[in-house]
Amino acid sequence: MSRYLLQRLLGFVFVVLAVSFITFFLMWKTPGGPFDETNMPLEPVAKANMIAKYGLDQPFYVQWAKYMIAAVHGDFGYSYKYPGQKVTDLFFKYWPNSLLLGGLAVLWSFPLGAVLGIVAALHRNQLLDQIITVFALVTVTLPSFALAFFALAIFAVDLRWFPYGGWNPSGNPKTLVLPVIIFGLGTVGSLARYMRHGMLDVLGQDYIRTARAKGVSRAKVIVKHAMRNMLVPIVTIFGPVLTNAITGSAFVEQWFVIPGIGHFYLDSITNRDYPVIMASVLIIAVILTLTYLLTDIAYTILDPRIRLT
Amino acid sequence: MATVNLARTQKKAAPTEYKVLSPFYLAWRRFRKNKLAILGGVIVFLFLFTGVFAPIISPYPFDKTSIYTFAPPGTLPGHLLGTDDAGRDFLSRLIWGANTSLIVGVTSMTFALLVGIVLGFLAAWYKGTIDFVVNRMLEIVGSMPGLLFQILIMTMIGNGTLNVTFAIAILSWPGMVRLVRAQVLSYKDREFVEASRSLGANTRFIALRHILPNIINPILVSIAFGIPGFMVAEAGLSFLGYGINDPTPSWGKMLGNAGQYVQSFVYLGAYPTALLMIVFIGFSFFGDGVRDALDPSSERTG
Repeated sequence: MSRYLLQRLLGFVFVVLAVSFITFFLMWKTPGGPFDETNMPLEPVAKANMIAKYGLDQPFYVQWAKYMIAAVHGDFGYSYKYPGQKVTDLFFKYWPNSLLLGGLAVLWSFPLGAVLGIVAALHRNQLLDQIITVFALVTVTLPSFALAFFALAIFAVDLRWFPYGGWNPSGNPKTLVLPVIIFGLGTVGSLARYMRHGMLDVLGQDYIRTARAKGVSRAKVIVKHAMRNMLVPIVTIFGPVLTNAITGSAFVEQWFVIPGIGHFYLDSITNRDYPVIMASVLIIAVILTLTYLLTDIAYTILDPRIRLT
Repeated sequence: MATVNLARTQKKAAPTEYKVLSPFYLAWRRFRKNKLAILGGVIVFLFLFTGVFAPIISPYPFDKTSIYTFAPPGTLPGHLLGTDDAGRDFLSRLIWGANTSLIVGVTSMTFALLVGIVLGFLAAWYKGTIDFVVNRMLEIVGSMPGLLFQILIMTMIGNGTLNVTFAIAILSWPGMVRLVRAQVLSYKDREFVEASRSLGANTRFIALRHILPNIINPILVSIAFGIPGFMVAEAGLSFLGYGINDPTPSWGKMLGNAGQYVQSFVYLGAYPTALLMIVFIGFSFFGDGVRDALDPSSERTG
């Protein structure tokens, strides 16, 4: 176990280094710099000074190494666009909005999707199953930016039930409704599909038939025997769902003008705010990799048959 | 299954004439029983037709502007669906949007397919160093935040149909590599491969004649789901302004531009968005039908 963990940790470090290196390389290759102001151009000398100050004149691998050493110490540098603002401070400013959006979306969509999937599996090939299957397929397929358009056009512009954008969690909770629904809809569909499949898998196992044969009631078999074995698929899907919620949706944030991390990233790209771009990619890569690792560890706890080697 | 069918055809035809039912014919028979899959197939066919023949069927060039801007559908003679914010024929732009979507989706899929089959096969067949390297590559690409990276690549190389295809294709292959690798691993030690090798067949022969026919079904299913996936990616990037370049029409970009007109000219966003949704749902139904038809042991019958 400890050997396995060591291996996985090494792999984690390797992946994060590789992703950061590639990101750094891409940014370094990208034409245009943070001090290429066209409206009020800097004096060439001043510009050279600025570039030297931020170390942009050094070879890119030196910049990368310096950056990574600082990043390990929790220092992601200062934003170019907002001078004097630490990147970490900016993240603390924008991320809560994304977390609120993602958290609320998971809160309603995860349980609903799970229940729909299980209900569909228990009513296999009946009308209810078919309705849920089609609903799940449709919600999984439709991209959030398309759904958001119709949601806004119908419920905000036409019916005026909800305000058009204007994210205001504390003052006007109505502004949260549409984005939270749109963001969660995809999760409902993918979860329902996934859970239906997992449940059918479990229900087809021999131990379920044995339990039924020895006289255990259907309800008890489902709750006691089937549900317990559903924990592994639930954990498997919870990882991606959670990372999706944490990292936010640039599309939903763009449509509903939510000052979240996705919106912030798009702005940083436009502004060539390298430290912010780098930090965004790095943090999300770390979250993704950590989730994979934690999911694998959770397997061993839930299912003693799974041994990590 | 096969014997039953043989018996049935035997009754009709002369006793000496055996009709051999190919696996694909059997799959087609399963597919056509699935009404949603047929509906999806029709939508996919119409989309492909529109995309391929866009230059012929579109009534106007997609970039021809006029002084009649913002004409809603049905208000301007000669323009069935009116004109957009630059006075361009809306119907023509919608038709050409299918073309753009199709080009990006199919090209990215071709790339993913090539890389997936080659790398997946090499990794599974030779194991060792190649497998190690491929697995590390999969880990790295799997940990990259896809959308963020695609946007970053787009800012580096600039907008355009070819460039957005590149940005999507470059991150498109991990799923296919994983699939092919897993499939090849499950077949490479079977007896029929062993037998072929002991008869002196070389790797290429075994790969093409014995492995590929066995793994073709899951690959076809993943193509049916992959192409719309890449089309969504294109629409999303174009929607955010990091995709197709003006004046080339793209449904995602049309939606992105229409964002400012939601309160005034809602048709500008409604038509491309509705088309996009219908096509994606069509692909989904179609893909699900293909999966159920090619793999009868999966959920429905199993």
